[in-house]
Amino acid sequence: MNTTWSRFNVTSIVLGFAFLYLPIVLLVVFSFNESKLVTVWGGFSTKWYVSLFHNQGLMDATWVTARVGVISATVATVLGTLAALTLTRYTRFRGRVLFSGMVFAPLVMPEVITGLSLLLLFVAVGLDRGFFTVTLAHITLTMCFVAVVVQSRLVSFDRSLEEAAMDLGATPAKTFFQITLPVILPAIVSGWMLAFTLSLDDLVIASFTSGPGATTLPMKIYSQVRLGVTPEINAACTILIAVVAVGVIIASIANKRREVQRQLDERAAQRG
Amino acid sequence: MSNIAVTDAAAPSTAAKPFLTRLGTGFVNRLVIIVPYLWLLFFFLIPFVIVFKISLSQTAIAMPPYTPVLDFRDGISGFFAGFRDLNFDNYVWLTQDALYFKAYITSVVIAAISTVLTLIVGYPIAYGMARAPATIRPTLLMLVILPFWTSFLIRVYAWIGILKPEGLLNQLLLSLHIINQPLVILNTYTAIFIGIVYSYLPFMVLPLYSSLEKMDYSLIEAAKDLGCPPTSAFWKITFPLSLPGVIAGALLVFIPAVGEFVIPDLLGGSQTLMIGKTLWNEFFANRDWPVSSAVAVILLLLLTVPIMFFQQAQAKAQEQGK
Repeated sequence: MNTTWSRFNVTSIVLGFAFLYLPIVLLVVFSFNESKLVTVWGGFSTKWYVSLFHNQGLMDATWVTARVGVISATVATVLGTLAALTLTRYTRFRGRVLFSGMVFAPLVMPEVITGLSLLLLFVAVGLDRGFFTVTLAHITLTMCFVAVVVQSRLVSFDRSLEEAAMDLGATPAKTFFQITLPVILPAIVSGWMLAFTLSLDDLVIASFTSGPGATTLPMKIYSQVRLGVTPEINAACTILIAVVAVGVIIASIANKRREVQRQLDERAAQRG
Repeated sequence: MSNIAVTDAAAPSTAAKPFLTRLGTGFVNRLVIIVPYLWLLFFFLIPFVIVFKISLSQTAIAMPPYTPVLDFRDGISGFFAGFRDLNFDNYVWLTQDALYFKAYITSVVIAAISTVLTLIVGYPIAYGMARAPATIRPTLLMLVILPFWTSFLIRVYAWIGILKPEGLLNQLLLSLHIINQPLVILNTYTAIFIGIVYSYLPFMVLPLYSSLEKMDYSLIEAAKDLGCPPTSAFWKITFPLSLPGVIAGALLVFIPAVGEFVIPDLLGGSQTLMIGKTLWNEFFANRDWPVSSAVAVILLLLLTVPIMFFQQAQAKAQEQGK
């Protein structure tokens, strides 16, 4: 295909990315502002980061969020991977339409509805709202995102690899853990990361399903934003962005390495 | 769970059998299906039934603040007695107060306008990406996805500093002498549009890109050779071919935008009316759980058709992926 990349194309991409990134860049820049006024530059300072670490409420919320994120992302990854296997491998079982409906609907469902309905469930079964209920709610939401990510990898998976392994005498369990799992592992890892960041981000569902003592970081940030914009929140946001950015970069480097290794292995195998 | 029995097991050809069937036992097979199935049933579907149930109960000053409906504590007779207590007061209430009706209409209109705006902003970006040299396409794709990884709340919050009367946008425009007085953007519907377009842009660009990337550009060249002007070539060839992407993107933006809470709350101020905010206030400020459940039920009914369209589009994409 002959691609002609016109000036119009380049301009729209540059403007588009400026639109996507400028607000985030400005937010990060103004977290280093000396002045208390977020939008007037008063010189470089890291004092907001220092005061951040002395804010006990914020630190507690960070700890809660991190724990909820790790636990819910891990459980959601297992459940989501199972759901993806179900969606791609079992094309005919009764209740499949309902199942795929329940996997896809949460992706677009307005969060206020999901949050309210989960809360009412927890009240109905008599679960005390708190850390545990937020974690359950996040598992439910994020497992669907994991399912979609893993499913897209499974769809392009070459099934003849599994058949070859089993023809050579591997048990199905061994085939799954030695052939299938390594191939879909990058998707599972990015599914976990997506689940973790979604959990880290969520304000609405957490607000509904959380109780006293389990205030998450977005809830804390939200209540502070309502009182007014301060550089301290900018600093908190910058740290969050940095954590996610480092995670994404490490994951993509690891992915690339694995890809290179795989190509080397293939070449070595061909040379025999 | 008889309705999720695996019917595949009887398939004649070995190659067509699902992979785990070969374990010889259907147990693992079923476990793979049953565990996520039950989880979603319990945490996704049943909660909606409860929402519906509570929307039919009365507000009470208690904890939880509603009178029980369909109470099984009194056995079967109590269960049937519960039916007599069902009441549609909450729904009647929603129709009596014009506020709710206005909030639904405004939300749908705002979501629709924002979807069109997102499409207008997102299309040139997706198109530019699809026409970019193949070597830099993965990088561009990564750059579109990256903002999605940063917190939604943070991205919305960032716009407050930009749109405020004394914010960065007004400072810039004032210093360039484009305007003499600061524009009032924050706490208006304009700010909500900006917020939605900004937050949901990746959801529009990604499906558009994937359908534009698959397009055969020799079609455009053929049209050009035959004397078709570029604009009509776009409307006659490019746009129709990208329609699946347009539909997927539009649904991914429209459906969540209707029930959006964070954006209207932080950027729209107290004057703007959207149903997600109404539900939130009904729940957290007025502590009226039955009415907020009724609001949620109506919102869900409103979105049923677009959600079904979305699922069909997903299922189709999944078929094509195979």
